[in-house]
Formats: sequence, C-alpha cells, structure tokens
Amino acid sequence: MSEQTLTPVADSAARPPKRSLFSGAAGRNLGLVVALLAIIAVGMLTAFDNFFNFGNALVILRQASIIGVISIGMTFVIIAGGIDLSVGAVLALASVVAALAAVQDIAKSSHWLVTVIIALLVGAGAGLINGVIIAYGKVAAFMATLAMLVGARGLAEVLANQRTLVVSDRDFLKAMNVDLLGVDILIWIFAIVAVAGWLLLNRTTFGRRTVAIGGNVEAARLAGIKVNRHVMWLYALAGLTAGIAAVMILGRTNAGTSTHGNLYELDAIAAVVVGGTLLIGGRGTITGTVFGVLIFAVLQNVFVQNNMSSSLQSVTKGVIIVIAVLLQQRFAGTRKRKSARPTSAESRA
Amino acid sequence: MRGVEKTFGAVRALRGVDLEIRAGEVHCLLGQNGAGKSTLIKTLAGVHQPDAGEILWNGEPVSIPDPQAAIDLGIATMYQELDVVDGLTVAENIFLGHELARGGFTRRLATAARARALLKRLGHERLSPYAEVGTLSSAEKQIVSMARALSHDIRLIVMDEPSAALGAEEVRRLFDVVKELTAQGIAVIYITHRLEEIRTIGDRITVLKDGASTASNLEVADTPTQVLIKHMTGRLVENVFPEAVPVAPDAPVLLEVENLSLDGVFSDVSFSVRAGEIVGLAGLVGSGRSEIIETVYGARPASSGRVLVDGKALPRGSVAAAVSAGMGLSPEERKSQGLVLGEAIFRNIMLPTFGRLATGGWLDERAERRIAREHIAAMELRPDDPDLPAGTLSGGNQQKILLSRWMAHGSRVLLLDEPTRGVDVGARAEIYGLIHDLAADGHAIVIISSEIEEVLGLADTVLVIGDGHVLTSLPASEIDEHGVLDLVMKGTAA
Repeated sequence: MSEQTLTPVADSAARPPKRSLFSGAAGRNLGLVVALLAIIAVGMLTAFDNFFNFGNALVILRQASIIGVISIGMTFVIIAGGIDLSVGAVLALASVVAALAAVQDIAKSSHWLVTVIIALLVGAGAGLINGVIIAYGKVAAFMATLAMLVGARGLAEVLANQRTLVVSDRDFLKAMNVDLLGVDILIWIFAIVAVAGWLLLNRTTFGRRTVAIGGNVEAARLAGIKVNRHVMWLYALAGLTAGIAAVMILGRTNAGTSTHGNLYELDAIAAVVVGGTLLIGGRGTITGTVFGVLIFAVLQNVFVQNNMSSSLQSVTKGVIIVIAVLLQQRFAGTRKRKSARPTSAESRA
Repeated sequence: MRGVEKTFGAVRALRGVDLEIRAGEVHCLLGQNGAGKSTLIKTLAGVHQPDAGEILWNGEPVSIPDPQAAIDLGIATMYQELDVVDGLTVAENIFLGHELARGGFTRRLATAARARALLKRLGHERLSPYAEVGTLSSAEKQIVSMARALSHDIRLIVMDEPSAALGAEEVRRLFDVVKELTAQGIAVIYITHRLEEIRTIGDRITVLKDGASTASNLEVADTPTQVLIKHMTGRLVENVFPEAVPVAPDAPVLLEVENLSLDGVFSDVSFSVRAGEIVGLAGLVGSGRSEIIETVYGARPASSGRVLVDGKALPRGSVAAAVSAGMGLSPEERKSQGLVLGEAIFRNIMLPTFGRLATGGWLDERAERRIAREHIAAMELRPDDPDLPAGTLSGGNQQKILLSRWMAHGSRVLLLDEPTRGVDVGARAEIYGLIHDLAADGHAIVIISSEIEEVLGLADTVLVIGDGHVLTSLPASEIDEHGVLDLVMKGTAA
C-alpha cells in the first residue's frame, strides 16, 4: 500500500480527535458542571442563608436520590437505543406488593429484608416482561413500556384497593432512616447504584454490549452478540432500579400506594438526556446522568427556597430540557458530519 | 447549446480543480477515496460553496448558493444514497418539492401522466407511477431518482456511482438511459470506481487526486487504463490479483453446506470449502448470493439443509453458534451491518472477542488494545491509533477492521460479502493480497463480488448462482468472465 492513497485518510482522521476533546464526553460533562454551578450561583444569590449550607445540600441529594436510582437504569436502556416509560408505574406496583406482603400476618414473623427482596423481584420481574415483549415479541419499546405503564399502575390500584398500605415493621423503617456518617441512607443507596452503574457500563462485557447494540444493532448481531437476550436483561435492569426506588420510597413514606412514582419516568428520561446521553443510542455516560439528576434537584430546591410556584418550576424544567436537546443535536450533528465526511469521501470520491 | 465550462479552486478538500463539461457528453470523474469527488459535485449542486475559483455556465460566471439555485440553472445531482421516500408513490417522488397542484390540492392525474412521460423517456414505461417506491428494487429507485432530475428542465446531470448497487444487466440498462440523455443534448458527469464502465460509456475523463485534478478532460479513447491508474495513484499498478496458490489436495474440509434452502429465496445449495481454499460466488444482484452467505452464517434461519464446520453441524439461525464454531462474516453493507462507526477501532475489532478476554464479566481493555494493535500492524491499517472512531477511516481500512476482527477471534472460515465495495483501486490490490495471505494461512474463504473479474481473479473455485440455484461449480481457471455471464443469462432465463 502506497502512502499516497493513505494520505487523504490520515488527514481526515487526524482532525476529529482534536475536536472531540471539546465536543466529546469531557466537553459535554464540562458543560454540565457549568450548568450546575450556574444554578447553584442563582441559589446563592437569591436565598444564600437557606440555600448554601450542608444541611440543605443533604436535602437536595435526598430528593435527588429516588429519581437518581431510576435514571441509572434508564441510562442503560437509552444508550442501547431503547426507552422505558413504565418505571414510575413499576415503582408503584413494587411498593404496593411489598407493602401488602409486609402487612400479612406471616410477614410479622419474617425478616424485613423479605419486604426489600419482594420489591426488587417485582421491579425486575415487570422489567423482564417488558424485555421479553420488546426483544422477542418485536414490539416497539415505546409501546411495550407504555402498556406496562398503564397496566402496572392499574394492577397496583387493584391490589391496593384504593387503600394506602402502611408498613409498620419497625426494623425496616429503622433501617431505611438510618444515617451513615451523617448522610442519609437514601443518598448512600443512590451513590452505590451510581457507582455500580458506572462500573457496569464501563468495565464489564454487559456495558460493552449495551453500547455496541445502541451504536449499531446489526453489527452487534453479526458479530455474534445475542442481542435479544441482552435487550431483555436491559429492561430487567431498568425494572430492578425501579424496585430499588420502591424500597426507598417505602422506607421514607412508610406506605405503599398506587400513586407513588407518578411521572417519574419523565423526570428520569429528562435527567438522562440532559446528561448528554443520545436518545438514538450508542453514546452516554453515567456521570452525565448523575449531573442531570442533580441539576433538576438543585433547580427544584432553588425554587422552593424562594417560595416560587411549582408551575414556574415546571416551565423552567421544560426550557432546560429543550436547551439540552438542542445542544445535543448540535453535537450529534457535528459527529455525523465528522464521520460522514471521510466515509462519504471514501465511498464516493 | 454552447459548451459548459467550470473552473474550481477551492481550498480545503479541493485544491484547484479544473473541469470542463460539453453539452451531450459523458464526462467521467475518477479518483481514489478522499480525492475530493464528492466535495466537487456538492459544490456544483449548491451544497458547498467554493472558497476560491469560479464556475462558468455557458461562459458566464455564476454562483450556486443553494441546491435550488443549481436546479434553476439546470444542474441535477443523483447522490449515491438514493434520496427517495419509500412511503410515497413513484409519481409523488418524482415531483417531490415541486408538486403539480392547484389551490393546495395535488393534481393526481396530471402528476401521473407527466411521471409516465418521464419514465417513458427513460425507457422504463413499465414502471407504474402509482407503485410505492418502497417496493421497488434499487435499480428502479435509481430510475425514479433520475426521472425526478429530468422533471426539472436540466442540462447537466451528475451521477454519483450510479452502478454501485446494480447487477451487470441493470448496469447495461442504465447505460442505455445515459446514452438516451446525451442524445438529447444533456451533459452527464459520471462518477465510478469501475474502470471498465468508463470505457463503455465515457467520452472524456477528469482524474482527481488529493483534491486537485491531476489530468483534465482526457479523451477516453486515447487514454490507456495504465495511464489512468497512474494519474490516480501516482504509480503504475500491474497484476492486481496475486498469484494463486494451489490448494493442497489433502487439506481438510472446513466448511460444508448441504442442500441448504431458504423458502422463496434459494434452494438446494451445496458446496464445501477446504482449508486454504477460496470459493467465489458469482451471480447478479438479486440472485440470492448474499442470502446464501447470510443463511450459512445463521443470520437467516434456513428452511432446510445443513451447515457443517469441521464436520459438526450448526444449529439453524444462530449467529452466535456460527461465530463460536469459527465462522466470521464481513457483511455486504460495511457501515450499516459491520461497524459501530462511533466506537473506537479496537472495540470494533474486538466486538466478537471481548467477552472471551473478560474474566467474570469484567473487561480486559489492556489485552484488547494489545491484540487489536497486533492486527492493526499486521494489516497495515491506517491510521494505526486503536482509539480513533471507526467511522473516520476509509473504506479499505474499514474492511481491514472487519478482517482483523475475525483474525483476532481466531476464526478459520471467513465469509466475505463484497469486500471491496467502495474501496478504491489502490487499496483493492491490498485487500486482495490480504485475502490471499489468509487463504495461504489455512483459512477457508467464501467471497461474493458483483465484479465477476474479482471473483475469477481471487477464487480457486467458482460457484455461479442464478435465481437461487447453483448453476455450476468449477475451478476458476476453467471459466472466464464471458462464460460466467453466459451461464447467468441462461440460468435466469430458464
């Protein structure tokens, strides 16, 4: 092979990496840090005393934790090119089933961990059903999980029979309200799930397959990756995070109801997208998602500290989502152009 | 019509291109990947603006600020990716963007009539204006795209590799259409990688290299192929195909295909491949070649028949089983089926293999990079940085990623579907060399190519496929291009 034929290739290849330093993962995370700092600055300017202290930081993190856990699962699904609209409803179902089990007489004698395990199993099970329908039934993820959204919340209503099921297991409530090193257990759970999610995405074969499937499902399939099976487990993972969130909400409210987790799926999707994960799949980070969750949590706190209406808060949230997606499209656009230039040059010119 | 002249001198991708097009001529644009052909035609189409230089149209300097301006001048472009809307009918596609309408309502009958007239002009009156474009073959889609170009009052049509997705017979019909257009005084800029096509229909040639025209407006008849290749590469290429190495008669049979059938696509296909042997499948597009290979690989579940690797039968419809048995596919569509374009080269190479290197689900990226680097070096892949995204590479180097992928996996049976599509002439010779080396190393190789010459030049054994059947199987030395075409024509007619 002569150098002449390679020269144009080397030229086009030498440019992208330099630019990707700014438009790549690091650059986008930098943007998120700036956005977060800006919102914090607004908080400090408008309500310094109430806003800027350690106690309030913990409040923010605690409020972020439940959506945060769901968002980690959602990140995997979206990176793989899917979507899960059912996580909020699955959370409600898991909370109701676990609470029902906890109020049975038999449960009185059993360990509180049984409640936890039931919630996790219900969440993962509902996710697995999503996964089977999507992967093997070839139903679009949007429709399959929309059906689960409606169905799971309906089932939760039937099971709860319009009651609020109060969990009175003292050990469980104690375990879920403990402080470790002065930090709420919910925050610890979010931190552990986020770290585990980061490791799973970046350091394991599961994560590699997820990115490959989102990047090019056909290439992954023809390389021998069992795509259907993987997609199934992805939705089970999303369901599992909804189950974990159900345990957290049970521990905090002492109650399982069919109204828990309403519209959480939208908050989670918003956090993931604001965090820089491409909705078309193939690219995304756990770090970005954590930032996305924090941005919305701090924003909410700033509004509360200033006694501003939650309606106004929703408007602001909407604006932030649109800005994030616009930025994301610009990034996706440059990426497309970048890869399109050499590839089109290669196939045509 | 007076002669049309254009002069370019754009800075980045184009560094001074001179090109002159006469009315009614077929002007071929030749050049390797990245030579700037796409940029050049996009400048003509109003997609890109030249930074320097000027475009003269009928002797007058013009500027083409946007695609509409190009159309207004009379310049239409047919891009390589067919820009038709699958869900609309033929007539709707032809008039997309300039619908015949009155008061906001489309005039369906008038549209259909005009569409029919345009199709007739192209010699395809059998194509119905009401047919949904999604149901058409890519050759027919191309006709639709061409009819759309003609629905404007055009004087120059640019065709970017129109033959890339076509079989031999379809290419012949395309040439008839091109001749029809030039007879009407329309100029054609024709881009292709296939030198023999230039010989067939080209009047003049301009060769681009590294964004500059190295030879402008050569008369096709006066220019030998060797000279063209020299202009493209800066050197003479001889003996494109390496010397064939005879297969040892006692070499073990690695791949056996027995009576494989896929309902409605192909039936009763049998062949075997020994270690060190290259078997080529020749046939027209649509003859079932790719489907046969995909079924052998398990990407499509066979209706009947067996596939054996090393004497062991594989389960039907399981790619994973085929891969772990030692098979590897380099698919027809490199970008959409082969590579994760946004991912690093090494992750693309290790795509089937990272799981094997992992311990308990934990990736070993250090080992992955090391192994990928070895294969990058062995294949002389450029650029050689394993962390660059695969999408930034040229076609030839992307093909090397796919070959590296299966080498890294230790696959011994390689299925190569159009391994040189979209690969420029210089890099092709290199890919041929690599394929030969792999065979010499004891791999069993099955290769598909639309270019019969390529199959004959590479393969030890040729299977001629027609209409989903193996028409004949014989040593490559006993058949020539003419013989294959002859068989294909007869087989399809029978």
